[in-house]
Amino acid sequence: MAYVAVKGGEKAITNAHRWLAEDRRGDTAAPEIEVAQLREQLSLAVDRVMSEGSCYDRDLAALAIKQSRGDLPEAIFLTRAYRTTLPRFGASLPVETAQMAVRRRVSAAFKDIPGGQVLGPTFDYTHRLLDFTLAADGETPIDGATQADEALAYPMPTIASVFAHEDLLEADARTAEAEPFDLTREPMAFPAGRDQRLQALARGDEGFLLSLAYSSQRGWGSTHPLCAEIRLGEVAVEFVPDELGFAIEIGEVTLTECQMISTDAGGVDKAPQFTRGYGLTFGHCERKAMSMAIVDRALRDGAANEASAPVQDEEFVLYHSDNVEASGFVQHLKLPHYVDFQADLQLIRRLRREHAAREAAMKEAAE
Amino acid sequence: MNARPNEPERYYNYAYLDEQTKRMIRRSILKALAIPGYQVPFGSREMPVPYGWGTGGIQLTAAIIGPDDVYKCIDQGADDTTNAVSIRRFFAQVADVAVTEDTGEATIIQTRHRIPEQPLKAGQVLVFQVPQPEPLRGLEARETETRAMHAYEEYGLQYVSLYESVATYGRIASTVGYPTMVDERYLMSPSPIPKFDNPKMGDNEAILLFGAGREKRIYAVPPHTTVRSLDFEDYPFETQTWDENCALCGAQDSYLDEVVLDDTGARMFVCSDSHFCADRRAAGHVGPMADHQLAALETEPT
Amino acid sequence: MPACPPAILNLADVAAAFIDPTRESQAVFRKVMDAVARPGTIQDLAFAPDAPQGLDRAAGAVALTLFDFETPVWLDPALRGGTAEGWMRFHCGCPLTDDPVKAAFALITDALAAPELAAFNQGDAKYPDRSTTLVVQLPALDGGPRVTLTGPGIRSEASLALAGLPNGFWEQAQANQAKFQFGVDLIFVAADRLTALPRSTRVTIQGN
Repeated sequence: MAYVAVKGGEKAITNAHRWLAEDRRGDTAAPEIEVAQLREQLSLAVDRVMSEGSCYDRDLAALAIKQSRGDLPEAIFLTRAYRTTLPRFGASLPVETAQMAVRRRVSAAFKDIPGGQVLGPTFDYTHRLLDFTLAADGETPIDGATQADEALAYPMPTIASVFAHEDLLEADARTAEAEPFDLTREPMAFPAGRDQRLQALARGDEGFLLSLAYSSQRGWGSTHPLCAEIRLGEVAVEFVPDELGFAIEIGEVTLTECQMISTDAGGVDKAPQFTRGYGLTFGHCERKAMSMAIVDRALRDGAANEASAPVQDEEFVLYHSDNVEASGFVQHLKLPHYVDFQADLQLIRRLRREHAAREAAMKEAAE
Repeated sequence: MNARPNEPERYYNYAYLDEQTKRMIRRSILKALAIPGYQVPFGSREMPVPYGWGTGGIQLTAAIIGPDDVYKCIDQGADDTTNAVSIRRFFAQVADVAVTEDTGEATIIQTRHRIPEQPLKAGQVLVFQVPQPEPLRGLEARETETRAMHAYEEYGLQYVSLYESVATYGRIASTVGYPTMVDERYLMSPSPIPKFDNPKMGDNEAILLFGAGREKRIYAVPPHTTVRSLDFEDYPFETQTWDENCALCGAQDSYLDEVVLDDTGARMFVCSDSHFCADRRAAGHVGPMADHQLAALETEPT
Repeated sequence: MPACPPAILNLADVAAAFIDPTRESQAVFRKVMDAVARPGTIQDLAFAPDAPQGLDRAAGAVALTLFDFETPVWLDPALRGGTAEGWMRFHCGCPLTDDPVKAAFALITDALAAPELAAFNQGDAKYPDRSTTLVVQLPALDGGPRVTLTGPGIRSEASLALAGLPNGFWEQAQANQAKFQFGVDLIFVAADRLTALPRSTRVTIQGN
């Protein structure tokens, strides 16, 4: 058959955009979905987009999910591209997760801990059976959760405070004075400080971190992690405006925090202790927070010793965890590469000619 | 939720980037020009097109462009490839800038994978979109290692690799992104241009700026700078040549794209530089298939 | 990053800067870029706004275009505490530093009293871009002893005859070039005009 050369990019792009809009809407017999519905009913998708999009705005994230037709890396990309244009007024004070208004808090380390185990809203212990009542039209009746007799402890004691009197757990490594590294303004640098690493992991792709964490559990750079605490809830965000000179509360954010602990047998100068891996996300992203904590811990091993497994290799992990970068580069292979391919074609044809000539010469010599 | 206006030209800053980001990129450009061939790390931003699709070039253009500029954008040498069209539209919209396909008329030319055939002149800036700025990356995956190699001018690994290529194939079998030495100090990736274009980099009249958005690096070659393609005395650097001429304009000395005509092996070769080809045809040059439909499509006003 | 000194700005004393910062800084930058890309060429910044007392128009334009909160600036002691400092702090928001090694930029108006080039940040072997860029204000960009320039950005050779540089300056510039990839980069300004001497430029002192 004969081929027709493809040209006329302008027209093609315009039409592609129209077609895309049509597909996004789908069958117009079904009502258009509202951003508020996505925000409220696909809230975990919203949380992931906010986390990896590095932008705490539920409405924006819901809009991005709608626009991207539910393709979350695409929604994360939309959020990032919007975020990057926003002016910076300054940095908030560090949020105090110890002061979190907790909705969920579990520890795998102790049967009971001060503040108690609070199961909260979780898929854990649900049986993964499709719920066909959700497929029925209209509202699904909701049996509201029973209110506890007593309010939860506030502030909810942290796992660090539980260990504090025995010095069993390594201290917080925070350095309050230093301005933390900001990946959105500076490129990655190595060796990475923990601030840079944690920011990269917090923005990192959930699937990538999950697989890395899993590889570590299976022995590829094992850290034998134990989930000391996961907490979910709301914390206040405070900001010190230059003109006031004192902190004011500008809002609150929902966070998921995970503390993984591993044993450190210590050494000549160091008593045996538990060390920590840390995970923190916007919203409720438990799988991500846990994976992040395991990877954080594994990277600390990599920094201390020669990295032997992928999860311990800082450059490998941090350079490849961002799904906006990864998705763009993998998919750029769709762009035309005529020029490169022509060069390769020329080379291969030439090498084949030379190969054939050599074969022929050898055959001749043999005869 | 509050309605957010969806009109880029009003809602976003001139040339999309905020002024602070432009300043940061501008400072990086100056350092890149002062240290030719050295990769300056910069705080690359997320852009409204994906990483790998020209974000480095777009950020460079956004940092230098002004309303008096005339902007040309090519991909694979052609103005009408989809991504070139898309990027050209972006700047026409957000930078209120005149666009052109005429190489001589442009003040800023953004390119992917080619240097135009028509020699550039003083006052022009050629902005390259770069996927992988590190010439040594294929030989050494770690940035910490390659950065040290550049720092201490340890380029032995590169020469070993070229030598191995000669030993295996009887020639340096590198075709695009052929490594270059800038001002006899920094080893530089020319971006994935074919080696056909390498000789155009040295002693060019224009400023050459390279932007790698995903890898967050900017580098530059000032005008009239020595850019040497690596080779050996007994295996000198050579560029691609074709037995065929351009089927449309008859050019014998331009980089050619191969166009497949049917599935029985029929081919035609046409200039990859669409403006160069159209210009020649307008001047009366005729190739063996000058009346092919491709010629009509290429000159169609956009 | 060092914070701005806490002195309160009296906004009534701060003169205006760019009327249209986006367009004007872009136009200034292109001139600076051309200067750095083509050492020895003289660029005209007459279109830029007036600068405050102690600063020439071209010096003020460069500051407005390149300085901000991310760039610690070593400010010539002659300008410290004056209207020019207040103007820069307000319009650029740049932190000031007394330590030449910490400076991303140095703004020098008294070239005769300024520290030697080697006193500023020379860059790191792996990150030579981290060196200081010096903006040196001179009485004139011509009329001084002539030097010949070669290297990147220069077709065969160029020359400069900058006025008002201290004795031995060009020997310092040669030493600066000799240790490439290390070294500072220089932008010279006088009145409305600007030229540049990146570290890559090789200097021949005439008469030697």
